[in-house]
Amino acid sequence: MTQGLDVSALFMDMVKASAKVDIVQKKLVYLYMCTYASDKPDLALLAINTFRKDCADPNPMVRGLALRNMCNFRMPGMTEYIEQPIVAGLRDKASYVRRVAVLGCAKMHSLQPNTEIDGIIVNELYALLRDPDPVVVVNCLRALEEILKDEGGVVINKPIAHHLLNRMKDLDSWAQSEVLTFLLRYHPRSDDELFDVLSLLHAFLQSAHAHVAVATLRLFLHLASAHPAVQADALLCTSAPLLATCGAASRELRFTGLCHVQQVMRSQPGLFGTHYKCFFCGYSEPTYIKFRKMEILVELVNDENVALVLEELRSYCTDVSPELAQAAIAAIGRIARTYSEKCLDILTGLLALKQDHITSAVIQTFRDLVWFCPQSTAAVCQTVEACVDSPQDSEGKQTLLWLLGEHGEQISSAPYVMEGYIDGLKTELSSAVKMELLTTAVKTFLCRPAETQDMLGRLLHYCIEEESDVCVRDRALLYYRLLQRGVEETRKVVTGPKSDPSMSVLTGRQEEPISQWASTFNTLGLLSGRDLCLQTAVISAADQPSNSTGKELLPDVTLSSPNDTEEEISLSLGPPLSHETFEKMWLDLEILHRQTLGSPRPRTAPDTLQAALQLVKIQTLAFTPGDTVLWKAYIYTRSTGTLILAELLQGDPQAPGSDESLVVSVKQQPVNQHAIRGFASILKSVLQTLNVDSS
Amino acid sequence: MISQIFILSSKGDHLIYKDFRGEESKDSINVFYEMVTALSGDQPPVVMSHKGLHFIHARQGGLYWVASTKTNPSPFTIIEFLNRLAALTKDYCGSLSEKSVRMNFALIYELLDEMVDFGYIQTTSTDILKNFIQTEAVSSKPFSLFDLSNVGLFGAETQQSKVAPSVAASRPIMSSRGEQGGKNEIFVDVIERLSVVIGSKGVLMKADIHGEIKIKCFLPSCSEMRIGLNEELSIGKSQLKGYSSAVRVDECRFHQAVKLDEFDTFRILKVCPSQGEQTVMQYQLCDELPCAPPFQLFPSVEKDYVNRSVNLSMVLIFLKLRCDLPPKSTALNVSITVPVPKGSTSMSQELSSPDQTAELQPKNKALLWEIPRFPGGAQLSALFKVDVPGLSSASLLEVGPVSMSFELPKQTCTGLQIRFLRLSPTQTGLSQRWVRYVTHSDSYTIRI
Repeated sequence: MTQGLDVSALFMDMVKASAKVDIVQKKLVYLYMCTYASDKPDLALLAINTFRKDCADPNPMVRGLALRNMCNFRMPGMTEYIEQPIVAGLRDKASYVRRVAVLGCAKMHSLQPNTEIDGIIVNELYALLRDPDPVVVVNCLRALEEILKDEGGVVINKPIAHHLLNRMKDLDSWAQSEVLTFLLRYHPRSDDELFDVLSLLHAFLQSAHAHVAVATLRLFLHLASAHPAVQADALLCTSAPLLATCGAASRELRFTGLCHVQQVMRSQPGLFGTHYKCFFCGYSEPTYIKFRKMEILVELVNDENVALVLEELRSYCTDVSPELAQAAIAAIGRIARTYSEKCLDILTGLLALKQDHITSAVIQTFRDLVWFCPQSTAAVCQTVEACVDSPQDSEGKQTLLWLLGEHGEQISSAPYVMEGYIDGLKTELSSAVKMELLTTAVKTFLCRPAETQDMLGRLLHYCIEEESDVCVRDRALLYYRLLQRGVEETRKVVTGPKSDPSMSVLTGRQEEPISQWASTFNTLGLLSGRDLCLQTAVISAADQPSNSTGKELLPDVTLSSPNDTEEEISLSLGPPLSHETFEKMWLDLEILHRQTLGSPRPRTAPDTLQAALQLVKIQTLAFTPGDTVLWKAYIYTRSTGTLILAELLQGDPQAPGSDESLVVSVKQQPVNQHAIRGFASILKSVLQTLNVDSS
Repeated sequence: MISQIFILSSKGDHLIYKDFRGEESKDSINVFYEMVTALSGDQPPVVMSHKGLHFIHARQGGLYWVASTKTNPSPFTIIEFLNRLAALTKDYCGSLSEKSVRMNFALIYELLDEMVDFGYIQTTSTDILKNFIQTEAVSSKPFSLFDLSNVGLFGAETQQSKVAPSVAASRPIMSSRGEQGGKNEIFVDVIERLSVVIGSKGVLMKADIHGEIKIKCFLPSCSEMRIGLNEELSIGKSQLKGYSSAVRVDECRFHQAVKLDEFDTFRILKVCPSQGEQTVMQYQLCDELPCAPPFQLFPSVEKDYVNRSVNLSMVLIFLKLRCDLPPKSTALNVSITVPVPKGSTSMSQELSSPDQTAELQPKNKALLWEIPRFPGGAQLSALFKVDVPGLSSASLLEVGPVSMSFELPKQTCTGLQIRFLRLSPTQTGLSQRWVRYVTHSDSYTIRI
C-alpha cells in the first residue's frame, strides 16, 4: 500500500480484522482504513462501530488510537459519528486521549469548513488551555487557530499570554517554538510588561535547540521593535547558536543557519566580523553551501582579515566545479571594489592558468570592476593587454570586446585583438558577440582611426552583405548610416555621456533597519528565493492580531466580527521586486480590478512621476518613454500582507472613449479587495495632484 | 504545520508516505522527486515550492526525508524535526538504510502516528514514545563485505574482550522486549569534528572544533546518571582554572534535561537518560587548538619534461606526511586528496607500504592517496608522477590545496575527558558502561 499499490479491494476483510484485540494489528488496520476510507465511504461506515467501541476501551492508548484514526477518516457525513466521542474525549482523564480529542475538534471543523462554529467546543478548548498536560495546551492553541481561522485565529490576550509564558518551561522544544510563534501576536500594554516578558524569555535565546533560539529571537525582534538596543542585545545573544548551526553536522541545518546569518547581517554587518573563519568552505560541502559562505565572506571583509579571506577565496578559484570557481572569482571582484590592488594581483595571477572558464570569469570581473571602480581602469587595461589568450565562450568574448571598445585608447593592442575577431567572423556563431564586435569596432575607430579604418570597412561589408542574422545586419546598417553622417555626429552618439559611477552601488550596502526583514525571519521564504518571499510577507502579516480586548477567557470576544471595517490602508515598499519576478507574477495572476482613473497621464518628467509615486510608497518598475501612443507603466506596492501589481495604460484600443484618461488594471496576491480600493484611491489622488502641478 | 511526510530512497522509490491533512494528493511525491533531481549543483535544494506546496527535505542515511507544507513554518523546526525523525528511526531500527526502513515500515508508521497528528508535532521523546510503540524492530544485518572494510571506532590492536564491538551500539533499542532481557548497556560517546586550514608555510590559519557528548542508552530504566568531566575544564575566554594546562572550550550548550547544579564546581553533569540516542552537551572551540594539528604535510611540486620535443611533460608531486599524534594512538582511514592540473592523463606512484593505495581521478582532477592505518609519530612519504601533456608553468598553481579526511579513535582534540560515569542508584551488576572518544575530520585543508 505504501509503495503505491492499490489494495482497496481488501477493504471488507479489513473491516472484519479491525475487531481484533492485538494492538499492533489494530494500528495497521487503522492505517489501511484511513488511506482508503475516502474511496469506499459505504464500507467504512461498517467499521465505525468498532471504532466507537474502542473509544470506550479501558486502555487509554486504545481509546486515543481509535479516536485519532476515526477523526482521520476524510469522508462526508463523518461528523455526526465523531462529534460525541470527541466531546467525551475532551473530558477524558488520560491526557493522551485529551490531546487527540483536541486536535479532533480541528479535524472535525476541516471536514465541514462552512458550518457555523460551535461555540460550546470553542469554549471548552479555551478552558483546556489551563490543562496540566503541556501538549494538550499547545494542541488547544493549534485547534483554536484552525477553527477560528476566518476570524483571525486564536486570541492571545493578556491572561492567556502570561499563562503560556509561565508554562514555557514545561513544554518540549517543538511546543516552545510554536508557542513563541503564537506569542508574536500579543502586544504588551506597557513597557514594564514588555520587559517582564522579555526577561522571562531571555534564557530561551541560548536554547540548545536552534529552532527555539531562533523563534525567541524573532519574538524579541518583533516585541522590541521600539527598542533598538534590546534588539541588538538579542541578536548578540543569538549569534552563538546561529553560528553553531552554521557548523552543524546536518547540511540542511547548516544552510538554514547561513541564510539566517546573511539576513541578520543586512542590519548588523559587524556582528559576525570576528567569526569570519567559520565561513571558510569545507571541501566536502555541497556547492550551494559554499556559495552562501562566499557571499557572507565578501560582506565580512575588513582591513584586518582581507589578506586571509582573499587567500581563502583564491584557493577556491581552481576548484573542479567551474560554477564554484567563477563564483569565487566574482567574489574577489566584489572585494576588489574596496581593496583593488591586492585583488588585481590575484586575478592577474589566475589569468596565467589559461583555463577557459577562469579567464572568462576574470575578464567579466574586470568589466564590472572598471564600471564600479573607475580608478582601477589603468591597472585593468595593463593586465588585459598582457593577457594573450582570449576567452572562448561568448559571454567572455563580449566582455573582452566591451573592454577593448570602452578603453581602446589605453590598450595599445586593441585593434590587433579586434582584427583577430574580425578575421574569424565567419566561424563565429553567437550574434551577440557580432553585435558587440560592431560596437567595439566603431568605438575604436573613433579614437584610433588610422589603425582601424580598414578592418571596420571589412567588418561592415561582411555584416551588411553576407550576414544572415537580421539584428546584426540592422546594427551594421545603423552604424554605416551613422558614419555617413560624419565622424563627429557618430562620436556624439556612440561615445555619449556614460552614467555617473558615483551614483552607483559602490557606496556599499546600507544598513537596513531590522523591521525590513524581521517579518520573514525564521520562515521558509528566506530559504527559497524571491517568489516565496512574497507569500511569506503575506502569511506573517496574516498573523496580525485581531483586537484582544477580552479581560478574561471570554470566547464571545473572539466571535466578534473581524476588523474589515473601512479604515485607512497603508502602503509600504518592502523589498524590491526584480523585473523577472514581476513579469512572472503578472503573467500568473488574474486581473482583479480595472478602473478608469479619470485623469490623463501627467505631463511631467519621468523622474518626477517616479518620485511622486515613491512618496506614497508605490514603486515604479518600468514605463514607456515620452509620448508613445500606447503609454504604459508598471507599478507595484505592498499593503498589509498583500502585494499589489498594477498596470497604467493610456490610449487602450480595447477601452474606447478613454483615449486621454488612464486605465489602471490591478492584480494582487492574495486577494484583498479592501486594499485594492485603497490603492486605487491613493493612485488617483497622486495623479490628480501631479496634473494640477504640471498644468 | 506539516501536510505530508514521506521517505524516499535515493532512486526515488516510495518507502514511507503519510498524509496528515488530506490537502494534497500522492502525486506530490513524484513532483518532489522530479524537482530534486532536476536541480543543478549550485541551487539550494533544501526548500522547494510547487504550486503553493513547499517541500523541505533533509538527507540522512542516503534517503530523502521530506516534509511538505502549505503554510510557512519555521525552517529550523522542520529540518530539526526531520533530523530527529531520522535519529529516532535509527534508534528503533538499529541502523539507517533503505533496507532497514523497508523492513520496519510498520514500526515507522507507528512512530509517525504518535509523533505527528494532523500535521502538528506531538512528541519526539523516546521516553514517551516507548509506551506506545508495540512493533518489534527487524534488524537488518549490513552486507558482510561492507563489514570487512568498515573499521570500528577502535583500532584492531585493542583487546576484543574489553572493548564493545562497534556494531554493539547499532542495534535497535527495543529489541530486548519480552525476550531474554538483552544487555543493559550504556554508551557515552565524545565525538569531535575538526575543521582546520593550514597555510602554505605550515601556519595554522583556522582551527575549529565542534564537539558533542552523546549518550546511547539501552537500559530499560535508569534513574540518574552522573557524568564527570575534567575538573580543570574551563568555559569561555576569560576563565582559567588552576595552573595545569586547562582544557578549554569557548562555549557549550546542554540538553534541556541536564541538571547543572554541580557543573560549576565539580564539572558534573546529571542526567536521566531516556532510551535511545541523545546529545547531552554540545561545545565548540574556535581558532585555537590545545595540541598540535594531527597532521603536517611537507609537499614539493616540480615540473619535469620527459621528452621536450613532443611536449610530453609531467608533474612530480612529493608528499611527506607526518602524524603528530602521541605514539600510542593511531589515525584510521586517512585519505588525502590532491588536485592535479587539468588534462592529467595517467599517474605512477611510489608508496612506502603495500597497504596504501593511490589513484588518479581524472573526473575530479585529483589524485587520491589512502592510508588505512597511520600510527602516531610516524612519517610517510609518497612520490607521484602525473603525466600532463602540454604543461605550462602556471599549471603548477592548480596543484593544491590538499584536503584530508581521517578518523582519530580514542582522541579528543580539546582534551575533554570523562572522569567517571556513575549510575544511581547502582544498577545490578548486569549493566555495562562504555565511554568512547573519536575525532573526525570535518574539513582538513592544507595549502601548498
